[in-house]
Amino acid sequence: MDVLSSLMDGFATALTPMNLLYALIGVILGTAVGVLPGIGPAMTVALLLPVATVLEPTSAFIMFAGIYYGGMFGGSTTSILLNTPGESSSVITAIEGNLMAKAGKAAQALATAAIGSFVAGAIGTSLLVVFAPIVVQFAVSLGAPSYFAIMVLALLAVTAVLGSSKLRGFASLGLGLAIGLVGLDFVSGQARLTFGLPLLSDGLDVVVIAVAIFAVGEALWVAAHLRRTPLQIIPVGRPWMGKEDWKRSWKPWLRGTAFGFPFGALPAGGAEIPTFLSYVTEKRLSKHPEEFGKGAIEGVAGPEAANNAAAAGTLTPMLALGLPTNATAAVMLAAFTQFGIQPGPLLFQNEGPLVWALIASLFIGNFLLLLVNLPLAPVWAKLLRLPRPYLYAGILFFATLGAYSVNLQAFDLMLLLVLGALGFMMRRYGLPVLPLILGVILGPRLEKQLRQALQLSAGDVSGLWSEPIAVVVYIIVALVLLWPLAARLWRARRPRTGGLVMAGGPAVDGPASGPAAAPPVEAPAEGSAAEGSAAAAPADRGPDAGRRRSDATHANHGQEKS
Amino acid sequence: MTSSASRLKGRSELGVAALLGAVGALVLIDAARLVVPYSQSDPVGPKALPMIVGGLLLICAVLLAVNVLRGGRGEAEAGEDVDLTHPSDWKTVLPLAGAFIANILLIDWAGWVISGTVLFWGSVWALGSRHYVRDGLISLALALLTFYGFYLGLGIALPAGLLEGIL
Repeated sequence: MDVLSSLMDGFATALTPMNLLYALIGVILGTAVGVLPGIGPAMTVALLLPVATVLEPTSAFIMFAGIYYGGMFGGSTTSILLNTPGESSSVITAIEGNLMAKAGKAAQALATAAIGSFVAGAIGTSLLVVFAPIVVQFAVSLGAPSYFAIMVLALLAVTAVLGSSKLRGFASLGLGLAIGLVGLDFVSGQARLTFGLPLLSDGLDVVVIAVAIFAVGEALWVAAHLRRTPLQIIPVGRPWMGKEDWKRSWKPWLRGTAFGFPFGALPAGGAEIPTFLSYVTEKRLSKHPEEFGKGAIEGVAGPEAANNAAAAGTLTPMLALGLPTNATAAVMLAAFTQFGIQPGPLLFQNEGPLVWALIASLFIGNFLLLLVNLPLAPVWAKLLRLPRPYLYAGILFFATLGAYSVNLQAFDLMLLLVLGALGFMMRRYGLPVLPLILGVILGPRLEKQLRQALQLSAGDVSGLWSEPIAVVVYIIVALVLLWPLAARLWRARRPRTGGLVMAGGPAVDGPASGPAAAPPVEAPAEGSAAEGSAAAAPADRGPDAGRRRSDATHANHGQEKS
Repeated sequence: MTSSASRLKGRSELGVAALLGAVGALVLIDAARLVVPYSQSDPVGPKALPMIVGGLLLICAVLLAVNVLRGGRGEAEAGEDVDLTHPSDWKTVLPLAGAFIANILLIDWAGWVISGTVLFWGSVWALGSRHYVRDGLISLALALLTFYGFYLGLGIALPAGLLEGIL
């Protein structure tokens, strides 16, 4: 009951008029950036970091929570009304959603996406309330060796599982870790990679890095390949659903939520895998399988719910362990540090009121999104018509402003340009962005845990596996890394039979490891369920496999648009 | 000769491998000059992680070079406004970067209102808008609005520069 009363206190904090206003600003801003191409919630939160320092931390995080959920909502609107999804987690929604919209059912597609997101968000946040304290209870007993192991797992899993090329993922991770090294070593006080520049001795500001990689890199990249023919935007009225649509939607919503939350909660879960699994499941279970490929409402309802439930799930390790697994969570973690709040399992203990207010505001933001999004859908659709020169010039303008306002020095803008060029190059050559950001943010913390762990063991390397949890995590790490190899051997022995080949198939086909490569990181129970459902629809393999391969590009930037 | 030249053609991704290698080498060289005093309280020392990271980058550089020479290719990122069917349009990117650099050079001397106006106007122009007057007014309005918004709303004083005393 302790949890419940804490949550009630959280609601009391979050429901004050000022905080409610920040929640509203957050959801509107979040939806807007989710709808607009080129910008996403992670970048928005990064841009607002310097601005938010004048706010109470609680208000700032309430706003960030709104942006986080709003970004997911907005993304689905774009993918339904345009035929090109902007973020990897909306790829599946875009398949059926855009077909529905083309068939004149845009209103229903938007409605099932919005209501499904609400349902998934509400259930997902409730699960967060239930599980986060349990994870915390378990986590406070863990020492530095276990934390080190878990961080290694998160970094490796995000790098090796998501994205289309492991090699390019590791390259990106290495660059991120290198950037994270810049500055004074926190133990010995020696300067690392500062090249004698005093401005670098405090390290690179996370705001500058995030804004450079996400905003400047993206703006330059889009500028180089700007679509000169305007996109077809399907006009839409107010979203609504008929009785039949409700009947066909509610089960996919619940099943999508069941897929989404556990995947989101795992390190490196991401949202692509559960949205895909949800799509395949709905296709198999549907009473109207012939509609799939022509705009089936189940194919929008399920994946969209999975997407939002995964977003909620991601917050479990973020709040309970201080472990972000997507870009927005990573930037929010940086925000904690900026406010002088130490993320990790002690967060609930030390900053209880803030955390519970944040969680309460997730419920509130979720509800506000439903209220705001159903009537405002036509307005959001108009936002998509914003002339592109203004959009991308605006992104550069606010990126500059945000990065400059951190320290008010032109030097940061030079860093912004250099790192922006790096972001451009990464997009050009298919280096995923997420491992870099996680490397920057987790790298220094990883080093701290490593040095603490070995300090405890007086330099003995075996100190790294002196805790049982650490051993378990290293076994999982080994499985993640060896899985493609094992799957290849398996397939060589038993060519194309049964479910395992299905699930492992795309992973072993070549350099691209598709979404289905994930089951090994899953806990055993979900893992087998996941394989089961993927295996359950062998007939889908043909058309979807090709589609998925091309989607791997989107998977590059993690589970969301940055 | 010709075969190696043809092998290099269209392999601009080797530049990425070179960059990774350079960064890796830099990290290793920088780490090499760190002093590691023997210390009971810090057996790992400041050198360990840079060594690992530098090593990782070098390995990635080599593997990427091999991958590219064997015909591997990173997939360029798609997006709503991205049309990958035409090659990189440097006539847009370079002026855009120019507007950005102009802002860096101007911001401390001329102040944010002027440099921000130049930045936005230049970017819009680079991206293909040709409504010079309208864009100029929008740019100026944005720069002024953010200047006063930051000053009055957030207490952050952006540089006024040349317009000091007027604003």
